[in-house]
Amino acid sequence: MYTQALNSSDGDDRGIEDAGRAAQFQARIDADDRIEPNDWMPAAYRKTLTRQISQHAHSEIVGMLPEGNWITRAPSLRRKAALLAKVQDECGHGLYLYAAAETLGTSREELVDGMLSGKAKYSSIFNYPTLTWADIGTIGWLVDGAAIMNQIPLCRCSYGPYARAMIRVCKEESFHQRQGFEIMVTLCRGTAEQKAMAQNALNRWWWPVLMMFGPPDQASQHSDTSTKWKIKRFSNDELRQKFVDATVPQAEFLGLTIPDPGMKQNANGNWEYSAIDWDEFKQVLAGNGPCNRDRLAARRKAHDEGAWVREAAAAYAEKRKNRQLAQAAE
Amino acid sequence: MATPNTPLWEVFIRSRNGLAHKHVGSLHASDATLALQAARDIYTRRGEGLSIWVVPSNAITASDPSEKGMMFEPAESKIYRHPTFYDVPDEVGHM
Amino acid sequence: MAVANIEVSETPLVLYALRRADDALILGHRLSEWCGHAPALEEDMALANMGLDLLGQARELYGYAAKVEGRDNDEDKFAYLRDVRQYRNLLLVEQPNGDFARTLVRQFFYAAFADLYWRAMMASKDPTLAAIAAKSEKESAYHLRHSSEWIVRLGDGTAESHRRAQDAIDHLWSYTGEMFAVDDSERGLIVSGIAIDPASLQPRWLKTVTGIVNEATLQLPANNWMQKGGRSGSHSEHLGHLLSELQSLPRTFPGATW
Repeated sequence: MYTQALNSSDGDDRGIEDAGRAAQFQARIDADDRIEPNDWMPAAYRKTLTRQISQHAHSEIVGMLPEGNWITRAPSLRRKAALLAKVQDECGHGLYLYAAAETLGTSREELVDGMLSGKAKYSSIFNYPTLTWADIGTIGWLVDGAAIMNQIPLCRCSYGPYARAMIRVCKEESFHQRQGFEIMVTLCRGTAEQKAMAQNALNRWWWPVLMMFGPPDQASQHSDTSTKWKIKRFSNDELRQKFVDATVPQAEFLGLTIPDPGMKQNANGNWEYSAIDWDEFKQVLAGNGPCNRDRLAARRKAHDEGAWVREAAAAYAEKRKNRQLAQAAE
Repeated sequence: MATPNTPLWEVFIRSRNGLAHKHVGSLHASDATLALQAARDIYTRRGEGLSIWVVPSNAITASDPSEKGMMFEPAESKIYRHPTFYDVPDEVGHM
Repeated sequence: MAVANIEVSETPLVLYALRRADDALILGHRLSEWCGHAPALEEDMALANMGLDLLGQARELYGYAAKVEGRDNDEDKFAYLRDVRQYRNLLLVEQPNGDFARTLVRQFFYAAFADLYWRAMMASKDPTLAAIAAKSEKESAYHLRHSSEWIVRLGDGTAESHRRAQDAIDHLWSYTGEMFAVDDSERGLIVSGIAIDPASLQPRWLKTVTGIVNEATLQLPANNWMQKGGRSGSHSEHLGHLLSELQSLPRTFPGATW
């Protein structure tokens, strides 16, 4: 059950790491048993999951901004409806994920504060700007394509509420990538100007999308325990390779050139890509990407300007409760 | 003014007539009316539901997982509660 | 502008459909501006849902206008290639979002009308309009429910929310009269049973609105001088900016398909 209230009641023994329980816990994971909110879990498992799920939620919410930038300028009513529905889905996904994170004992308010204060991270990709309509196609095609590769294995993650949220997310996301690819097909079959717009968007998004999968395996600090706990089932590099191999023929179909002249297919059929600029990735994560400041400012603005609305709703609920109590007392 | 956290609600949806309401997720709302509307706006966008229940999360009393043995294992040995426990000659057919 | 405006043969029925389509498109567009910026995630979802309902209504009405007109116009030409003076929507729906109170009061005033209007239009002798009405009526009924609940909470919430809600009512009130106005072009359609007389809805609209406003401890303004002009293309300054954003791509790239 998604009840944070229940979790806080067993807070006393949360910190106790007795070896027997930890072993039992690992045995359950190894047997592919699912962990549920009220089950005993090592403090580090709780912490890792809270961090990962809330980062995932923040990414969905911040991810609304770059695409939201084009809702009012979508070039046809059909595209406008699809884009609004898609960005709305991202909001829903953030909402499901915050709820899953809350089952681990941290409130949505606290999690959101972590993001707004700049402490908590979100996906680096959303710190890049959407300059043209082709960026909306490219985000759907590549960013959602990459996200789906990351997310499908999470449907089998050891933590029940996260896995269930991801099943819902993946089901809803299935139209997102197709929506993006359809935009790209239309642009690539359109005028020379439209095709150039599509190529330019691919040029700008390709490397940041490869970075989405996270640092290379030998440099990833969380991977080992996450794999042991079945929070993560594939490594960053495995997923990245799978994505590249899936994308190359799609780019070919579109008649677009992946901006990596050194890319070549090896004997196993995998496409070997050139070195990724991890310095850029680190800078973007540290808050220095082209849009980090704008994104956080937009989320803070929505939060601050919404405060009086949330206060009003709370005040009204309180008044109504008191009125009902007074009526009952009469 | 410090606003308290917006209460958490559990959402249950009946997807088709004849089926039971099933837990689908959670949301935050300041009161029951807004919770019901939010449940509609969040969890039935793709025609998933015909009926919605919302329940304050803190109104749910749950069994304690550490008492799983006491709570649920005693039922496991009562195999005579299941039809397969009983032998009925094949020639009698389906019963 | 790189791309010329289309010409529209505004026969009474074409104009009638376009006016309602423009209402729905412009209000839906305004709601879509909230996406990613609402006071809570739950409300972000709700505003987008209402926006999508309205966008859907607009598309059906434009499609019907195009069919009746019988030239080569379509929903996108109507939406993207008409100038501000060719737009026929109510002044109310083009008013900027402002704060959450302004947006919800605008929605409330419009939905309280649309709910009655579409329900009455289900009896239209024009089967297409009657079918569009049957779908839109359910959507509008929910918009009314949702916005009413918020008006009550904002009005009867905190001192600040009360002040903002009252400001929104005072600001938007003079745009409500246009919903009930009828011109010569529509009179014939009313007589033939294709359209309904909106003036007949006004007493019930006022009753609904007064009921909710009273429950919210708010007040309707005493002055009933009403703005008009949207239906004939005399808009407020706000619509031009909305359209320059909405239409930017098709206007910049002549003849492109998207």
